[in-house]
Amino acid sequence: MGVMEGPKQGATVSQKLGNLGVVTTSLDAAINWARTGAMWPLLFGLACCAIEMMATQAGNYDLSRFGMELNRASPRQSDLLIVAGRVTRKMSPVVRQLYDQMADPKWVISMGDCASCGGVYNNYAVVQGVDEIIPVDVYVAGCPPRPEQLMHGILTLHEKVKNDNWSDWA
Amino acid sequence: MVNIAPAADPVEKAKERFGDDILHVKTFAGETTLVVSPENVPDVLRFLKSAAGLTYNFLSDISAVDYYPNDYGDHYDGEESDFRPERFGVAYHLYSMLYNRRLRLKTYAMEEDPVVPSVIDLWVGADWLEREIADMMGVRFEGHPDPRRLLMPDDWDGHPHRRDYPLGYETIQFSFNADEIAEHKPFAEE
Repeated sequence: MGVMEGPKQGATVSQKLGNLGVVTTSLDAAINWARTGAMWPLLFGLACCAIEMMATQAGNYDLSRFGMELNRASPRQSDLLIVAGRVTRKMSPVVRQLYDQMADPKWVISMGDCASCGGVYNNYAVVQGVDEIIPVDVYVAGCPPRPEQLMHGILTLHEKVKNDNWSDWA
Repeated sequence: MVNIAPAADPVEKAKERFGDDILHVKTFAGETTLVVSPENVPDVLRFLKSAAGLTYNFLSDISAVDYYPNDYGDHYDGEESDFRPERFGVAYHLYSMLYNRRLRLKTYAMEEDPVVPSVIDLWVGADWLEREIADMMGVRFEGHPDPRRLLMPDDWDGHPHRRDYPLGYETIQFSFNADEIAEHKPFAEE
């Protein structure tokens, strides 16, 4: 058994990387790859849609395949707000504050009919669509949406983010 | 050995004590309802709570009804046995733990400024029950120490459980009118 030799001090890049070589890409693609690869959602559920959101994150559907296994319990550390459930008028300032506390870049998924347009709750107490409170990137229909639907919404958002230009956020 | 007074008939006892102040008595499906005017509510409740043979010592609930627009007063054309002089009905649901039986006391409040005395000094549990009714139905409880809204936001306009309160504020979006509604929908800014 011989001793494996590591790269020497002052070795060239190709020596360090071995057979991997060098990959060139655009800054946009690299940034968007990083953003879609670890888009952490906020730990935030409002109603029954949150149950389905938890099912999406649990083992059977395994949201961590898309780099989203970690729900941050703080808006300062999260990139994605999944509005899971109906937003009441009384709750709307809280939702808005959570959105305002999130650091850029940030995205919003409106999950389910209630968050998207009020759903069956066409009454005085429920906001008729969370887009009256915060801007929404992707709407997911369903009452509640199945985990597949939520994942499709998330992947749709990923497609949107991949087409982003980083300078738009600067 | 504890001496417990034998159970007495609440209607008889109340009429004996308050006479004509008991405006109406109704029995339906084995449930008895006494009707009094708002200013007599605390006295009657105190009597029902503490009188021997009655001891309705537990306040199960306070509820309120809105009989708008035509289920009360002169233009009420319902059953003869009903007695609804004013628009708002406030019902106190009492329970006697001693005799295992229930009684309902009901009062009616004016439409313009519905006021009923608070019974928070009889039952502390009346606190949130009265606040909820004041919030949702707009019946004021005179003497309540903390008359804030319970459910709706503090700056809310109106009382949602009234029957003349609009149910929703947006027309339902269908495919044929979606664009029309989206036009004046207040979308949020970034």
